[in-house]
Amino acid sequence: MTKYIGKSVKRLEDKRFITGQGKYTDDIKLVNMAHAYILRSPYAHATINSIDTSEAKAMEGVVAIYTGADIPEAIAGVPCGWQVNFKNGDIMKEPPHPLLVRKKVRHVGDGVAIVIADSKAIAKDASELIDIDYDIHDAVTDPKAAAQAGAPLVHADVPSNTCFDWELGNPKEEVSAAMASAAHVTELEFANQRVVPNAIEPRSAIGHYDTAHDRYTLYTSTQNPHLTRLLMCAFVLGIPEHKVRVVGPDVGGGFGSKIFHYTEEALVTFFSKIVGRPIKWTADRSEAFLTDAHGRDHVTHAKMGFDADGKIVALQAYTYANMGAYLSTFAPAVPTYLHGTLLQGLYTTPKINVDVTATFTHTNAVDAYRGAGRPEATYLLERIIDLAALEMDMDPAELRLKNFIEPFDGVEQEGYVTQVALQYDSGNYAPVLNRALEMVGYEAFRKEQAAQSNGKLLGIGFSTYIEACGIAPSAVVGALGARAGLFESAQVTVQPTGKVSVYTGSHSHGQGHETTFAQVVADRMGIAIEDVEIIHGDSDRVAFGMGTYGSRSLAVGGSAIVKSVDKVLEKGAKIAAHLLEASPDDLDYADGKWTVRGTDKSVAFGDVSLTAYVPHNYPEGLEPGMDFSSFYDPTNFTYPFGAHVAIVEIDKETGAVKLKRFIAVDDVGNVINPMIVDGQIHGGLAQGIGQALHEGTVYDESGQLINGSYMDYCMPRADDLPSFEVDRTVTPCPHNPLGVKGAGEAGCIGSTPAVVNAVIDALWKGGFKVKDVPMPMTPERVWTAMQ
Amino acid sequence: MANNISITVNGKTHTGEVEARTLLVDYLREHLSLTGTHIGCDTSSCGACTVHVDGKAVKSCTMLAVQADGCEVTTVEGLSTNGSLHPIQEGFREEHGLQCGFCTPGMMMTATDLLKRNPNPTEHEIREALEGNFCRCTGYHNIVKSIQHAANKMNEATA
Ligand code: FES
Ligand code: FES
Repeated sequence: MTKYIGKSVKRLEDKRFITGQGKYTDDIKLVNMAHAYILRSPYAHATINSIDTSEAKAMEGVVAIYTGADIPEAIAGVPCGWQVNFKNGDIMKEPPHPLLVRKKVRHVGDGVAIVIADSKAIAKDASELIDIDYDIHDAVTDPKAAAQAGAPLVHADVPSNTCFDWELGNPKEEVSAAMASAAHVTELEFANQRVVPNAIEPRSAIGHYDTAHDRYTLYTSTQNPHLTRLLMCAFVLGIPEHKVRVVGPDVGGGFGSKIFHYTEEALVTFFSKIVGRPIKWTADRSEAFLTDAHGRDHVTHAKMGFDADGKIVALQAYTYANMGAYLSTFAPAVPTYLHGTLLQGLYTTPKINVDVTATFTHTNAVDAYRGAGRPEATYLLERIIDLAALEMDMDPAELRLKNFIEPFDGVEQEGYVTQVALQYDSGNYAPVLNRALEMVGYEAFRKEQAAQSNGKLLGIGFSTYIEACGIAPSAVVGALGARAGLFESAQVTVQPTGKVSVYTGSHSHGQGHETTFAQVVADRMGIAIEDVEIIHGDSDRVAFGMGTYGSRSLAVGGSAIVKSVDKVLEKGAKIAAHLLEASPDDLDYADGKWTVRGTDKSVAFGDVSLTAYVPHNYPEGLEPGMDFSSFYDPTNFTYPFGAHVAIVEIDKETGAVKLKRFIAVDDVGNVINPMIVDGQIHGGLAQGIGQALHEGTVYDESGQLINGSYMDYCMPRADDLPSFEVDRTVTPCPHNPLGVKGAGEAGCIGSTPAVVNAVIDALWKGGFKVKDVPMPMTPERVWTAMQ
Repeated sequence: MANNISITVNGKTHTGEVEARTLLVDYLREHLSLTGTHIGCDTSSCGACTVHVDGKAVKSCTMLAVQADGCEVTTVEGLSTNGSLHPIQEGFREEHGLQCGFCTPGMMMTATDLLKRNPNPTEHEIREALEGNFCRCTGYHNIVKSIQHAANKMNEATA
């Protein structure tokens, strides 16, 4: 039956990309299109006294210039899609995020004016003639400092800059009591620094108003066109949703940053009607650095207690999470329900409490970035357990194995119920670590490490992680504050000739859905993969969708497709039974045909589909046609897990860290296309390693982003990375029809602490007993740690 | 200020006026609608805009269109000949060297330039040659394999 599933089918979408025929938003040209440039605040915190656009407006080729004053009061700004309440039950502080600032700018890059002109060059030139008088104020950029008394306020009506405070898990007294009983307590204070997602395609949006049909089209580099449409229509512009088409064409990477509804999308849509021309806006890279939602930015203090045998008895964590100046679409969910809920990890820790304070600062917004909350949780757990092993002089792999939750498949054995509000679906944790140890050649490595004497320090670091993917059961996330459902939809249309069009609400921006989804459909229908086409990314073609993030496409979107395929086959069986003069119960379906069991009487899929559209000889009472839509709402998250191991070499003279090997053994449930899954893991690893060794924003005291370009922000290049050694185990997800768990974020979640742990291990083994070297672990920082 | 230029792109000569400040990448994308060449940055750092000018890989955002006057330019659209894919294109497809595809044209143009100079590059040499090209999706692992695949194919063909 499985001709395609489990095979590394080459990607069907590649042809257009390797021949230069991909169509990204900025590649689209509309007749009479104008170009927009957004003038942005150069200050992190300032009051606008006056704006003079007269000289700029007079420039030849300028179509129009608008400021915050030109936007109707009723348009308050872009909304936040997730509500977290304060511990005392109060609703989080949610100051508006205006499309253009009216009075006060709150971060460098805050939009002040939109200049619309015949070309981008003219729009840019004109923007330089806009005269703005600012009063500059003090700024705060650090999430912890922002909550201290006397910190400059980002929003006058948000005391202590605190968006919310929140806690989860066992009561603090219980955790302290358990901690007090511990034989050893490891304590660590660290920052999970702010990083920039940096999809290589800069964000872009084109708004177009069609007077003939009173209808708008927005082309935008988005991971979820329907969600963008819903947010923009219902919560920003007040345009009826059926009057707006949102297209997410080819999108050049997202990693979370293209989930969110951004101000520029609403601006080009709104003003396209006013100026009567389509308007294109495409970010410059430096603009992307200032305005694409950033990731991470937590400051954490954590304590983990162990008994004399090394069993974990308690975990207490306090985190300050930076929200930036405004709440981006899913920002409040990241440090809470995507972070606090993951602090059980793979361990049997009986008492856990996590306490989070989210603050506003004079910086760009922070939101979900590949992994979103789960990398921060993994970093917390895996750093502290590795450090504990060093402090207790235990083997870090053994310490983990000792604390792992026992295997459970979610069918025979119940899913594991955590102390932090989740029930894991299925898991078998020791094999991933054991396999990784085998691939590393662990014993031999430890010998080599002990014998090292050439001015280099060798180190090995582990990370064993779990993540919650397949986002998400709507009722569960609704109870946790989500303002949207997180199901997915799919329509399967069988053409009369038996060719199949699949309309999915998932959106592919590199994940290869056009191939993976086609593999699933072709196998389930027993037809050739060439006879299946996957259509996505256009709200006029796909009826509804929630988009792609949280490693959800196959687990949730794929399941919706399976539901529709099954409806097709069920109807097909009725038609086939009629044609074969048998009962549907007596038919078997395989290889694209229905056969009467025990006979050679059969009818092919194509004949059945043709009959559905030419229903002359047809079952009584059955509707013609073969077209089914389905919505799939998962019953639980999915829980991929894995073990990552890094081997590093530190140059004692310079502090330079060389990543020598990286081993990843991941369990993402069943695998449809191993080649694509490996590719997802590779990409995630590079980003996670990038955070450990290279990446991190630097804001100065006044709130300037010092390294806001590819020249200054260090992203891994090809020669910074080794080839990766990857393998997997397979523990199927028990609650979705494909048994898949999701692979998009795993690499990025597991890898960061593995690399940092390897550096710390090298330092300890070299006699430098430091608890932490802040990320990114630059030569200077590592060298300093050795002094 | 307009300038008259004549550039041969993918074998076809284009003559016309461009503003003096027009970058080669903008000329290709806006004037010729060859949008396979991408723009990923404003600091000449990402390589998404890489094309060949007179047979050499060049970041087309670092060059003015007027500087390419009289030159032969090849873009990703000109890689395949008579409808058959260039080995580098096959390599990227066979080895899953692309995900979102945005860096891919620049990667392939850089890679073909490398293979012209060095038909048997080591992994290290490939990684060094890609120094000026960012990919955020693949972690470079499969890009390296794609280039090795192409090198093997091209060497077989000439053997
Ligand atoms: S666009 Fe030319 S190097 Fe980035
Ligand atoms: S494939 Fe997406 S940036 Fe390289």
